[in-house]
Amino acid sequence: MNRFAELLDRLAYEPGRNNKLRLITGYFREVGDPDRGYALAALTGALSFKHAKPALIRDLIAARTDEVLFGLSYDYVGDLSETVALMWPKATLAAHNNPPPPSLTEVVTTLRTLGKTELPKQLERWLDELDETGRWALLKLVTGSLRIGISARLAKTAAAALGDKDPHEIELIWPGLAPPYLDLFAWLEGRGDKPVNRDPAPFRPVMLAHAIEDGDFAALDPADYIAEWKWDGIRVQAVAGRDERGHITARLYSRTGEDITASFPDLVPSLRLPGAIDGELLILREGRVQSFNVLQQRLNRKVVSAKLIKEFPIHLRAYDLLGDDENDLRELPFAERRERLERFIAKLDDPRIDLSPTVPFDSWEALTAARADPASAGAGEDADAVEGVMLKRRDAPYLPGRPKGQWWKWKRDPHIIDAVLMYAQRGHGKRSSYYSDYTFGVWTETENGEELVPVGKAYFGFTDEELLQIDRFVRRNTTEKFGPVRHVVHEGDKGLVLEVAFEGLQRSPRHKSGVAMRFPRISRLRWDKPPREADRLETLERMLKAEPAEIDV
Amino acid sequence: MRAQDILLPNAAGLCCKPGGFHIDPVRPVERAVITHGHSDHARAGHGAVLATQETLDMMRLRYGENFAGSTQAIRYGEEIRLGDVKVKFHPAGHVLGSAQVAVTCKDTCIVASGDYKDAPDPTCTPFELVPCDVFITEATFGLPVFRHGDASDEVKKLLASVALFPERAHLVGAYSLGKAQRVIKLLRQAGYEAPIYLHGAMETITHYYQSRGIELGELKPVKGMKKAALAGTITLAPPSATADLWTRRFPDPVTAFASGWMRVRARALQRGVELPLVISDHADWDGLTATIAATGAGEIWVTHGQEDALVHWCRSKGLKAQPLDLVGYGDEEESETPLQGEAEA
Repeated sequence: MNRFAELLDRLAYEPGRNNKLRLITGYFREVGDPDRGYALAALTGALSFKHAKPALIRDLIAARTDEVLFGLSYDYVGDLSETVALMWPKATLAAHNNPPPPSLTEVVTTLRTLGKTELPKQLERWLDELDETGRWALLKLVTGSLRIGISARLAKTAAAALGDKDPHEIELIWPGLAPPYLDLFAWLEGRGDKPVNRDPAPFRPVMLAHAIEDGDFAALDPADYIAEWKWDGIRVQAVAGRDERGHITARLYSRTGEDITASFPDLVPSLRLPGAIDGELLILREGRVQSFNVLQQRLNRKVVSAKLIKEFPIHLRAYDLLGDDENDLRELPFAERRERLERFIAKLDDPRIDLSPTVPFDSWEALTAARADPASAGAGEDADAVEGVMLKRRDAPYLPGRPKGQWWKWKRDPHIIDAVLMYAQRGHGKRSSYYSDYTFGVWTETENGEELVPVGKAYFGFTDEELLQIDRFVRRNTTEKFGPVRHVVHEGDKGLVLEVAFEGLQRSPRHKSGVAMRFPRISRLRWDKPPREADRLETLERMLKAEPAEIDV
Repeated sequence: MRAQDILLPNAAGLCCKPGGFHIDPVRPVERAVITHGHSDHARAGHGAVLATQETLDMMRLRYGENFAGSTQAIRYGEEIRLGDVKVKFHPAGHVLGSAQVAVTCKDTCIVASGDYKDAPDPTCTPFELVPCDVFITEATFGLPVFRHGDASDEVKKLLASVALFPERAHLVGAYSLGKAQRVIKLLRQAGYEAPIYLHGAMETITHYYQSRGIELGELKPVKGMKKAALAGTITLAPPSATADLWTRRFPDPVTAFASGWMRVRARALQRGVELPLVISDHADWDGLTATIAATGAGEIWVTHGQEDALVHWCRSKGLKAQPLDLVGYGDEEESETPLQGEAEA
């Protein structure tokens, strides 16, 4: 447990993805079975036991420490598990009789079977045996609040690196595996065969598109391609299969292979035909696709309430079929898969699942026109949820990853405004010596006259060279400092204008300006433009009118 | 005689009327008795200064030759009469030259311990327990969540990270007086023999430590080094430098910070520290409470830090205790002023 705690501790402070990977892979290499398997399970969220309530932890510490001292400490530290871990006074044990600290395996396997009444005594024993970091990790684990900024995907990638394998391969067999993953590690270390996925509804690695550039079209023949709308939802794979007893198992996966079925129970009954659909998850109200802002309100909810399901009806818009019953279709050309998909969706005949229409075109000019005006090109009332077009080669098989020249995405041009840099904040990790997070504003008329009001924050989009330039500008033009934040000069004739690109806008009572941008980034530095010529809040408000009002949940 | 008639806080600091001096005054006074060289305790501009030779030397290095009207050096264990009181210095184990000041008037003995730690430190004389009637203790880490553990284990953590990331530079933020030299010495004791690099602000005081016979191995200024050559190396720098422009000369630096504050995650994350090292030159909670109990003092005065918790603890043990409202002392790591002429690094 102490070694696992050490890993978690280090991961919590490490900002870099590659460095996190090295730390995790290093742990898998150094620590044997079955501990590392349970660690992988903990990092991927695959452990299941009944979590301890914070009240139980409070009772344990209350029995051992002074109430006032605990109160002062908790106020200072601000986190229950951490406070208890740090101030836990160990019971004085006879020196010759100290049991060794528990292993992660011991903790996990004991928690699985332990009765509720035995838990407090057991926790107390472990807290006595572990060191500070060990106690912290134990408490985070048993209270189910192990949030350390590691995705399941990252943990699997780290495991794959142990055997120089592609993380996709692990994703493929993952649903058939169970902690402590002895067969997986045996295969990764070359001591055993690749585990077979016996899951009736396995994930298939997804195929991704390249962004098309103006110069690419010259080499492409329109006749070789089929075009579809690019929907502004989330990419999913909906898989249904029969288990050994002939029952249908249905699962919904994210594009990285994470099982997200539990978040969308309302879609599961519609997945009753064995097959694997590649498509986009959307919210439909009265047959009309809602904006991503609306979908976002349904995502990342811990509890999927009946109300949420009713007000945010989920929908799957299908654009590819990877499997039809027992048949793997991935080797077939796209045009053929598309026909199979059309038959499949017709046979399914379910209001929650429909077909993503193709966009007819015979020249790049025609497609350019369709992309510029999806409403008149077939998207109709759903045009607001279209973020561009997809181009797919008629003869392309379904290949995992981002193969060259097969699929292209051609996004609609982003919204652009000119805003004025107002505040700059230091970045994190590698960027901790740079002012790399920028708050920008636009002009508005207030009772004090013309003023800049902040409308967003961006921390990417610029090149390394531009970052150096902005950083230098910030340091030379700071008017005030507040901890890590600097106020940067922003007056009519003094300041820096940033061209900001963004994908959408929504009303936000949390922002002073009343608007919030989606996916804002710095697209250009306008050294040439005096701040007074930057955009006004009214421009954004006009753009907002096009967006539907939000519903409160 | 009442203890308050011997020592009492006023605007300039802890004043000893019958002795005619202040201990660690924050404003210029006629006679100052200084416990140790950190800038919040040792200030320039006093008339006469009594301190250990090391503390006087450090003040000279920081403030220049004319930092006081006159100076007098005192050794550990030496006793001097000042006015109606006797003053005796005892090692405090905080940094090189740090002392507790025992003030005796008639039959009452008060120990002003300054900053102290009871943990081992190879760069200074170990803390000495001084039995007394009134013990004045600091409370920098006066909460039971602060338990510092063994500093050499933290140094092992640093070395493990250097081994895991040989292509990255390791930057260790450490206060330039005391902490930095202790970290270097601990690295040497752990068997690390490669040259250790120093930020410019570290050089003077570190060389002073070496001149006092503390072996620190091969030390090099980081200034002028090529970026690539710093891969796999360890550099000591003042904490304020580890998040600034200065770090750009290092290849993908791992930012470490050696401080007792690193025990609390929010404090480490707030500073953007990637490798927190819990190494403190102050007593931790267990150290504070054990020391208080061992002095045998019936009355405890608690200064700078988390007074509330420590006062509460003392009272729960049947000791008379009160917070001493002294202003101007802080956590040296948060308020570091560079040594004279060393701002450029």
